[in-house]
Amino acid sequence: MIPGQKNPTNMEEFLEGIWKQNPVFVMVLGMCPTLAVTVSAMNAVSMGLATTFVLVASCLLISLMRNIIPKEVRIATYILIIATFVTVVDYLIQAISLAVYDALGAFIQLIVVNCIILGRAEAHASKTPPVKAVINAVGMGLGFTIGLLALGGVREIFGAGKLFGFSLFGPDFQPWVVMVLPPGGFFVLGAWLLLFNWIDSRKAVKSPLPLGEG
Amino acid sequence: MSDAPAPITPSAAMIRTLALVATICGILIVSAYQGTFDAVQANKKLALERAVFKVIPGAARVSEFWASPAGLQPAAGAASEGGVKLYAAYDPTGALKGIAAEGAAKGYADVVRVMYAYDPAKQAVTGLGVVSMRETPGIGDKIYTDQAFLKNFEALDVKLAADGKALAHAVKVVKHGTKQNPWEIDAIAGATVTTKAVGRGINESAQRLLPLLAPHLDTLKEGK
Repeated sequence: MIPGQKNPTNMEEFLEGIWKQNPVFVMVLGMCPTLAVTVSAMNAVSMGLATTFVLVASCLLISLMRNIIPKEVRIATYILIIATFVTVVDYLIQAISLAVYDALGAFIQLIVVNCIILGRAEAHASKTPPVKAVINAVGMGLGFTIGLLALGGVREIFGAGKLFGFSLFGPDFQPWVVMVLPPGGFFVLGAWLLLFNWIDSRKAVKSPLPLGEG
Repeated sequence: MSDAPAPITPSAAMIRTLALVATICGILIVSAYQGTFDAVQANKKLALERAVFKVIPGAARVSEFWASPAGLQPAAGAASEGGVKLYAAYDPTGALKGIAAEGAAKGYADVVRVMYAYDPAKQAVTGLGVVSMRETPGIGDKIYTDQAFLKNFEALDVKLAADGKALAHAVKVVKHGTKQNPWEIDAIAGATVTTKAVGRGINESAQRLLPLLAPHLDTLKEGK
């Protein structure tokens, strides 16, 4: 939060992650899972929801304990809490679907080092009461999921001719294989960032008043 | 951060907090493990059955066994030493429908793990499925989409040699279009590394499994 800013409303907290501070398109955080697992829309949604679960649960716990965590050991405590919820989500995904578990591979465990989560814990949950912390975490998680889905959807459509596993163009479609290979991730992310920056710059031209964040 | 030195937190408080957090985390992890254990096991069993049924159509039940020099053991407990795992598939009447086993070898990107079906009557491999692989999409994944390649596994000869200690002819991957013998696999042009991995995986697994299995086929036929 920016010092001197008014207390944000619940709606502002929620929308912060979805639009203004979208983890993928604005903060460009958590690029490792963003680029690696978004070969299909299904993978993107699973990864997004798993991250959202860890984010919300750990922000809640950290916010509840924010007054008893000494600042010297705060990072150790956060990592311990985050790792716990990653382990929990790891078991949950295995219980729900082994196919999803195999598709996401090591990236489920790697949620531990996703900087969005530690960043939210340090910058927000540790200073905010539980309700607001959870609302903000849900917004951030959904923002991350939307970002992943934007990449995964485009890559699956071009790279496999499908969306959520349903064939879109019939059997004669010649897939654009590079889209489901690592370079495709960079291409699609670049295209989305271009689009978002273009929208932003148009907005800035239309409203010459300085924005809050400068 | 302010310039004034912050009061130092006593060590006891830090240890207390960490101990409390560690306890909460421990409880959470153990309850998640216990709570999902049955579902995870059921999922694993379902995934295995699906993989076996794919290579042995018509099967209705799967039993796991370890084949070792000491004989066949149902795979209930720990892995037996020097053993090879096999899956016996039975049809609804309880008759032995076929045997499935896994083979694995290094492919282009990572280990390619395949499941193959063995028909004891024909002494041949009669089906191939992929368990896991990370090969290039559009190239390496032809091993399960290319119908011409899958034809190799309709009757791939894996007869045992006269002494019963090894295969009469090792399973071999040959250049695309040069398959002449029933124990050869016609490679996919452009995906040679991946197809060779499939061939090596089957060969290594069959060379170990079939000599151990041959003397005990009747036990499997009796079911259970």
